[in-house]
Amino acid sequence: MKYLQRPKIAHRLLLIAATALLCMPAFGQINLSGVWQNQLDEDFPDRLAGPELGDFAGLPINAPDRLRGETWDASLITLPEYQCRVHPSDYASAFADIRIWEEYDRDSQNLVAIHLHHFAWATERTIWMDGRPHPPEYALHTAMGFSTGKWDGDILTVTTDHLKEGWFRRNGLARSDRAVVTEHFIRHDNGLTWVTVVNDPAYLEEPLFRSRDYVFSVAGQIAPYPCESVEEIIRPRGVIPHHLPGTNTFLKEYQDRHGIPADAAMGGAKTMYPEYRAKLKGAGVQPK
Amino acid sequence: MRMTQIILATLAAAGLAFAQAPARAGAAPQNFDNVEIHTLPAQGSVYMLVGSGGNITVQAGKDGVLIVDTEYAALADKILAAIKKISDEPLRYIINTHYHPDHTNGNERLRKAGATIAGGNVAGDLGAEASAGAQIIAHVNVLDRMSAPTGQQASAPQGAWPTDTFIGNEKKLWFNNEGVEIIHIANAHTDGDSIVYFRKSDVISTGDLFVTTTYPIIDVAAGGTINGYIEGLNRIIDLIVPVYGQEGGTLVIPGHGRLCDLGDVLNYREMVTIIRDRVQDMIKKGMTLEQVKAAKPTFDYDPLYGSSTFWTTDRFVEAVYKTLTPKK
Repeated sequence: MKYLQRPKIAHRLLLIAATALLCMPAFGQINLSGVWQNQLDEDFPDRLAGPELGDFAGLPINAPDRLRGETWDASLITLPEYQCRVHPSDYASAFADIRIWEEYDRDSQNLVAIHLHHFAWATERTIWMDGRPHPPEYALHTAMGFSTGKWDGDILTVTTDHLKEGWFRRNGLARSDRAVVTEHFIRHDNGLTWVTVVNDPAYLEEPLFRSRDYVFSVAGQIAPYPCESVEEIIRPRGVIPHHLPGTNTFLKEYQDRHGIPADAAMGGAKTMYPEYRAKLKGAGVQPK
Repeated sequence: MRMTQIILATLAAAGLAFAQAPARAGAAPQNFDNVEIHTLPAQGSVYMLVGSGGNITVQAGKDGVLIVDTEYAALADKILAAIKKISDEPLRYIINTHYHPDHTNGNERLRKAGATIAGGNVAGDLGAEASAGAQIIAHVNVLDRMSAPTGQQASAPQGAWPTDTFIGNEKKLWFNNEGVEIIHIANAHTDGDSIVYFRKSDVISTGDLFVTTTYPIIDVAAGGTINGYIEGLNRIIDLIVPVYGQEGGTLVIPGHGRLCDLGDVLNYREMVTIIRDRVQDMIKKGMTLEQVKAAKPTFDYDPLYGSSTFWTTDRFVEAVYKTLTPKK
């Protein structure tokens, strides 16, 4: 009789063990799915309102990128072909709500991908979690890039390349198509911190770090984002609005309005650090 | 070797042909032993082959194979092997986007491996010769650049010359159940440039009228001009219909570099137009070429396009300056 009971006990033990395993997060992963509401209390001017012209402060840009910004003319985005240009994935975190959902292989229940939908321009991106390699260098680059992810404990770390040219800031500071972006998605209960680290060998002196915070939205919905280009200004064929070097008088407005020295307003890695602020104070410069 | 390095090295080698023109296109300028031909499906019936010279575009179907440009003769076997993996049908057409050897040096070998569509009276009168070799289509100025009057040295062997030329702005072809438009752009990269638009697959093969690896290469001695080049970019943009914003829809295979779509061409057009405008302004102010070079009108784009050892920034600025300066 005892002999006959052994399989029953073994089955029960297996069932308990399986139940316990099923309730545990696999490989430390946590669920990021849902609608997340963007919190705009950090870097607000850089986000909804839009940055001021000539405000490059605190960005580790190099001299060529500074010239890109100095010669940029906001009229560029009146060209029909630029009107619906989407935010690249490394800038999309700055903007509006997002939806995250997971894609599993039905049979193995292995996580294949994590998808993101941004309200802004209704862009969607895929973060591949199945270990696939990145495409060859000669493959298409896109605004969202090609992303692969892995779990570092409870943090989702994502590497993105194959990006189209984008921007560090929406006032003409270009981010090149050679950039590689590392992101960290960190969930704390109903909060989500999204850290973006941009490495751009063409236009940065040092990596650019940004963080954005989101709050889980129980009843969150994301509206459509239609965009249709129209001819806003009749121009001769092929005209590209831009300022010739040294002629952009708008650059001074930001400096004058806030009492910021030109050297600080023009950015560069040095302007990121507290020592630089102390140096300015030492020189008697007081922001307005 | 990284693909970018291969492309830059190839551009450097190929460019010598027109820098020291007339150079024979038949000479292989580098060791191709380790070069691999990579195949990337673009969309529809169109593929991109990436090797060491200019990109090759392949369109394949029941009628056979059509290719745009031929890279180097030394790579012909590898190119044919790559094409064979796409289709077993014969190579029927070669279209040359311009005459430079990094795009035409493989003409003779690849043509011989192909077969012209022939039949009926033509085949009856000429026999096997009627279908010998694929046809090579190009603007007539390509033939002029590759050939030479009797008694003079041609820049390419006769077997590499175009066999079917056109003189207008466009030649149309129906092949593999799709319309193929060969559109001539005057005085851009050279004086014989064409872009090839596969209408059903929705892919444009641009030749060197658009590249992602260097500043625009303007062969001034062969009739290239900066304004023609910008017009070429605008024509390409006119043809593109994106899915949304600046992405998807029509795909673009550049002469060198990666597969692209509208956003990439817009960025490139923006850069070229801005630099043209800067140099034009400097010329209006009476600046000499040396003064223009010293003013660095390309400074902000040099990290992206200024690393070529062949088509240096100085050479690009010189070409822009020369073709914008009114002839005295």
